[in-house]
Amino acid sequence: MTSQAFYEELQGVLKKYPVKQSAVLEALYILQRDKNYLSDEDIHTAAEALEMTVTEVQAIVGFYSLFRRQPTGKYLIQVCTDLPCALRGADAFYRRLCERLGLPPEGGTTADGLFTVEEVVCLAACDRAPVAQINLQYFEHLTDQAMDAVIARLREQG
Amino acid sequence: MQSLPGCVSKGDMAYLTEHILLRHRDVPGIKTIDVYMAHGGYQALDKALNTLQPAQVTEMVKASGLRGRGGASFPTGLKWSFIPKDAPTTYVVVNADESEPGTFKDREIIEGNPHQLLEGTALCAYAIGACVAYIYGRGEFRTLFVDLQRAIDEAYQAGWLGQNIRGSNFSLDIHLHLGAGAYICGEETALLESLEGKLGMPRARPPFPTQYGLYGKPTVVNNVETLANVPPIVLHGPEWYRQFGTEQSPGVKIFCLSGCINRPGNYELSLGIPLRVLIEECGGGAPEGRAIKAILPSGASSHLLPGYNPELPLDYESLQAAGAPLGSASFIVLDETVDIPWAIAKVTHFFKHESCGKCTPCREGTYWLEDVYRRLLNGRAWPGDVELLLSIAEQMNGNCFCALGEFALCPVRSSIEHLRAEYEAHVPQGSR
Ligand SMILES: Cc1cc2nc3c(=O)[nH]c(=O)nc-3n(C[C@H](O)[C@H](O)[C@H](O)COP(=O)(O)O)c2cc1C
Ligand code: SF4
Ligand code: FES
Repeated sequence: MTSQAFYEELQGVLKKYPVKQSAVLEALYILQRDKNYLSDEDIHTAAEALEMTVTEVQAIVGFYSLFRRQPTGKYLIQVCTDLPCALRGADAFYRRLCERLGLPPEGGTTADGLFTVEEVVCLAACDRAPVAQINLQYFEHLTDQAMDAVIARLREQG
Repeated sequence: MQSLPGCVSKGDMAYLTEHILLRHRDVPGIKTIDVYMAHGGYQALDKALNTLQPAQVTEMVKASGLRGRGGASFPTGLKWSFIPKDAPTTYVVVNADESEPGTFKDREIIEGNPHQLLEGTALCAYAIGACVAYIYGRGEFRTLFVDLQRAIDEAYQAGWLGQNIRGSNFSLDIHLHLGAGAYICGEETALLESLEGKLGMPRARPPFPTQYGLYGKPTVVNNVETLANVPPIVLHGPEWYRQFGTEQSPGVKIFCLSGCINRPGNYELSLGIPLRVLIEECGGGAPEGRAIKAILPSGASSHLLPGYNPELPLDYESLQAAGAPLGSASFIVLDETVDIPWAIAKVTHFFKHESCGKCTPCREGTYWLEDVYRRLLNGRAWPGDVELLLSIAEQMNGNCFCALGEFALCPVRSSIEHLRAEYEAHVPQGSR
């Protein structure tokens, strides 16, 4: 995104807080949103906008699991394999998904760069297992067929 | 006049006549302000603004016996009363971080009945003299928060939020704030650090947030479900609320039921109702009629409750006495087919993943616990590994900076204590 668009969006966020630094998570989210990862430049942009040091912002990025420093697939598929979901077959669901996408059992990124698949901990949807988030959107009560349909749709979208 | 929600007796038990928190299950469309208001919505706030002093609101919540539903079960009215009377700036922070494995109740309130949460937040702000509140949601709730923001916008338009609410001198802004993936930010002081834009690591306590909270100002941090209880308490009165639950555990509670169960989901029940109502009537028992081997009653942070005692009353005191506190009431059911060390390895992985790294006993301890579990499950256990788990736990015990480290020990120790044979079965023959 352009730095002007970023600053404009950030203004709305800053209004909520008495101190600028409170907006750091949202600022990083905005910077990461379109490309699924944060570049060095993004971290500098955030630091400057929020009057923080680059080191402070880097520490924040490293601490919170939703921030990424490496490019991922265009669609980040995060499947919950935590205990309640695992008791309802999430581990096997995850392995089968990886296999159908031609990925190793632990997940990874497809060769076309479209999908990154990974395991995550509880998503607060344990009663609807198996569940996944794709770019933070919930997909629940999943079956292999339902997941394949979603993937086919996303492939079409490109 | 409409009759109030209450209890009806069936056999020896009292059932709710309607939901008090999960009202969207009875009233379709209650997530919109029109429907909410048509069903008594914002009347509690109206009543408070017109007829109650702030301290009287706190007194009502105290008298209701409501305790925090986020896990620590601290009396809510008492917490509010700790806010210094003369504090010029105070805050309400709503804990919507909901990340405990097996917990998905706050999410249902936010999605289904958001105005009741907003009204409860406003009542808390009125009681403690706050004019700003933040709702801190886990980063994974981003799409849910779009609708929650819509509810907030509606409340502003209807005059229930903003400057001089309904012509009173009470003003309130509610802002949404999203985290970015960290279970520890559910711990209230880590949450405040995170809201200030810092690493989400816990603060030393005392001072408690009611003295030194957000931006150093007196702050009440309450769970979503806790605050959703407040409007009906203020509207119908503490006596009405106390018809639900037991003398010591009054009120209603949402139980999250997951794992080996036919009908997983949220169930809102009177506290004190027997376990069999939750497991059998609500959940339909374990799949294929299997026996229940154990239950984790407060998510990953549970002491394991071995076996299945259908008559166990689901209230704070009874669960405590059974050795497994109720906490957030996230019941993960483990049936006879579940390998207990496998299950506890899963939760141990969770804690290792979520340890914030601030203190050594937790950071290193969870690492070693996971390592030993991995060995155990790979068939590469060493003789004495079960003792080793206990000894790592012993070294962590009492030495962790915050409760997360102590939580990590609960399932490990309690499962070994009650079901040690399952662990020994993973230690190869001959090496015992
Ligand atoms: C590691 C850890 C995680 C927690 N996670 C949550 C959470 O996700 N939601 C919550 O409401 N409380 C959570 N708590 C409890 C909070 O610290 C705090 O007690 C609670 O928000 C207070 O609100 P209540 O009195 O209404 O329950 C957590 C505590 C710890 C130690
Ligand atoms: S106990 Fe664990 S989570 Fe808590 S401060 Fe220490 S390292 Fe962080
Ligand atoms: S364990 Fe998967 S959503 Fe909770």
